[in-house]
Amino acid sequence: MEILRITTAGSVDDGKSTLIGRLLYETQSLKIDQVEHIESKSKSLGYDYVDFSLATDGLLTEREQGITIDVSHLYFSTPKRRFIIADAPGHVEYTRNMVTGASNVNLAIILLDARKGVMEQTKRHLYITQLLGIKHLIFTINKMDLIDYDEKQFHSIEQQIKSLVNQYDWEPRLDFIPVSALKGDNVVQKNNNMPWYKGTDLLSLIETLTFDEDINLDGFLQVQQVIRPKTEAFHDYRGFAGKVKSGLFQPGDEIEVFPSGQKSTIKRVEKYGSPKNKVVMGENATLLLEDEIDASRGNTFVKTNHHFKTEKHIQAKVCWMQSEKLNPNSKYWLQHGIYKSLVKVEEVKSKMDWEAWKSVPTDQLLMNDIGVVELQLAQALIFAPYTKNKNLGAFILIDPQTNNTAGVGFIQ
Amino acid sequence: MNTLSYLEEEAIYIIREVAGQFDRPVILFSGGKDSIVLLHLSKKAFLPGKIPFPLLHIDTGHNFSETIVLRDELVKRYEVQLHIGSVQDSIDQGRVMEEKGKYASRNSLQTTTLLETIEQLKFDACMGGARRDEEKARAKERIFSVRDDFGQWNEKLQRPELFDILNGQIHAGENVRVFPISNWTELDVWEYIRQEKLEIPSIYFAHQRKVFLRDGQLMPCSDFIHHDPEATFTESVRFRTVGDMSCTAAVPSKAIDLDTVIDEIRGSSISERGARMDDKRSEGAMEERKKVGYF
Repeated sequence: MEILRITTAGSVDDGKSTLIGRLLYETQSLKIDQVEHIESKSKSLGYDYVDFSLATDGLLTEREQGITIDVSHLYFSTPKRRFIIADAPGHVEYTRNMVTGASNVNLAIILLDARKGVMEQTKRHLYITQLLGIKHLIFTINKMDLIDYDEKQFHSIEQQIKSLVNQYDWEPRLDFIPVSALKGDNVVQKNNNMPWYKGTDLLSLIETLTFDEDINLDGFLQVQQVIRPKTEAFHDYRGFAGKVKSGLFQPGDEIEVFPSGQKSTIKRVEKYGSPKNKVVMGENATLLLEDEIDASRGNTFVKTNHHFKTEKHIQAKVCWMQSEKLNPNSKYWLQHGIYKSLVKVEEVKSKMDWEAWKSVPTDQLLMNDIGVVELQLAQALIFAPYTKNKNLGAFILIDPQTNNTAGVGFIQ
Repeated sequence: MNTLSYLEEEAIYIIREVAGQFDRPVILFSGGKDSIVLLHLSKKAFLPGKIPFPLLHIDTGHNFSETIVLRDELVKRYEVQLHIGSVQDSIDQGRVMEEKGKYASRNSLQTTTLLETIEQLKFDACMGGARRDEEKARAKERIFSVRDDFGQWNEKLQRPELFDILNGQIHAGENVRVFPISNWTELDVWEYIRQEKLEIPSIYFAHQRKVFLRDGQLMPCSDFIHHDPEATFTESVRFRTVGDMSCTAAVPSKAIDLDTVIDEIRGSSISERGARMDDKRSEGAMEERKKVGYF
């Protein structure tokens, strides 16, 4: 059974937590003690119905304020599939949390309130999902019960979203589902309130979606560990262990080490001590080479015929995540996978103005801003642009004073 | 890639990052099923080499003896070094006070011993087997969770974690709690134990035990917990978590092996930590303990 990772976006009042709570409840992922707790809590708070958001909002401050602040991870499964939901807050002050929640997913579920239709924040959610290159979006138009299950309003929202998506050089698969999370319409089963809706319910859709991974990309592995057992049995053993971030590796492949440029041939491919015929993207591998070459943690192995770029100067879209601003001339640690280099900000060129809905010139990024930045690296980086290869085109910036993760970048 | 392979790849990548980014990592080892899985994953991560870091057991003194026997056996089998931080020592030295009353437990006392041991032995990364599906405050936990000089978790100042990029940069004196099996569920752990044929303490399987009822929960009889000898009875039970004896309740069970345990969990209507008295103390019991440095 495969895992499907999903992020959910919606604003404070769109009923996102209710939708997720219902998915958990209807798939029996909430246990009796948890349901009883939610029921009695809802009652004691004076609510007329069971508030499923009490199941997902994990922090005390969130439960007090009735909102989602931080990314929360939720797990449920059906006989067909395993799901991990990164539930992120939708409000503009939490843009960074949404970017975080969306960084590891195959699918985004975006919630809208049927009464309000496309809002500023819907556009922002679209912007973020296209920035992250998510290939599949499901729009759940919620609270259909409050507009008498009006088909026309639903289709009008659908059309608006399609024309917004068309503005981007991005062709995700789009699905639109009219739901009432509170009443349960079209969440885990279809019902009679919307006979005009010919599509499937949300759960059936996410159970059956398929995603193809591109394994025809060039091989790329960053060395995490050099395994040298120093035992009698493995006296001369030297294995370079790391995750295959792109493509595949096989015995006999000619490889090049970055940055030294040394070349060798793969003698053996191992996984957890056992030999393998090949290792593919997403697998942890140990490579043993024909020649004694000098490579250590942070070095990259690529095949000699690769198409990657090596640069000391890059341009990237950056989402800023800390309260101290990003200014020209400031210095950060750039971490690309496990590889680190100091970088200097050469120029902040522009940023997205959420209100004017266009890119505007600027010389700094504030928290939750997304803008275009030029960076100068102390050591060259080997990468692929994010739109070409998601695993090799993203990095984080670490503030050397606080050590905090200050921002995330997508190399152009 | 199937679920267990996906989760194993993710966990081993994280464990290798810990070995790469920190000087003095350690595995927090309770002897429970999650920490046994963590130990096994660590072994696989460095094969054919040995595990390059030790284990740390915070011993409340209120252990299930079965767990301790297996702990010592595993230490030999996996060729790792074991450090023990003793809650009894912390009590004897007057740094913590034993709780009083019917609900007295050493669960929250562990935190002091843990923080002191981390400081003494200068560990900078402590790997634990906590999982996000266990409890709602844990659902917000990062994989690399930075703790300050006081071991505190600040839920509002957590580092964003993007893609598979793990930022373990810290200042001297700080340490990071690392949770390689964050994304596993209880069922994943059991299925992995079955797949990898791991040995776990016998108390996870159904056995006859003297118990008594407290607040609807079956508590094990022991010297560590006040109970009325008249009210005890023998029942076929097993434990779903292995904590301090004073706060871990049993569940009635006939599941005597991995297959029947897995069937039972699939069909269970009670959550895993539903039998943990330490979580039931208040609405935010876990969150509050995490803030002061609990696992």
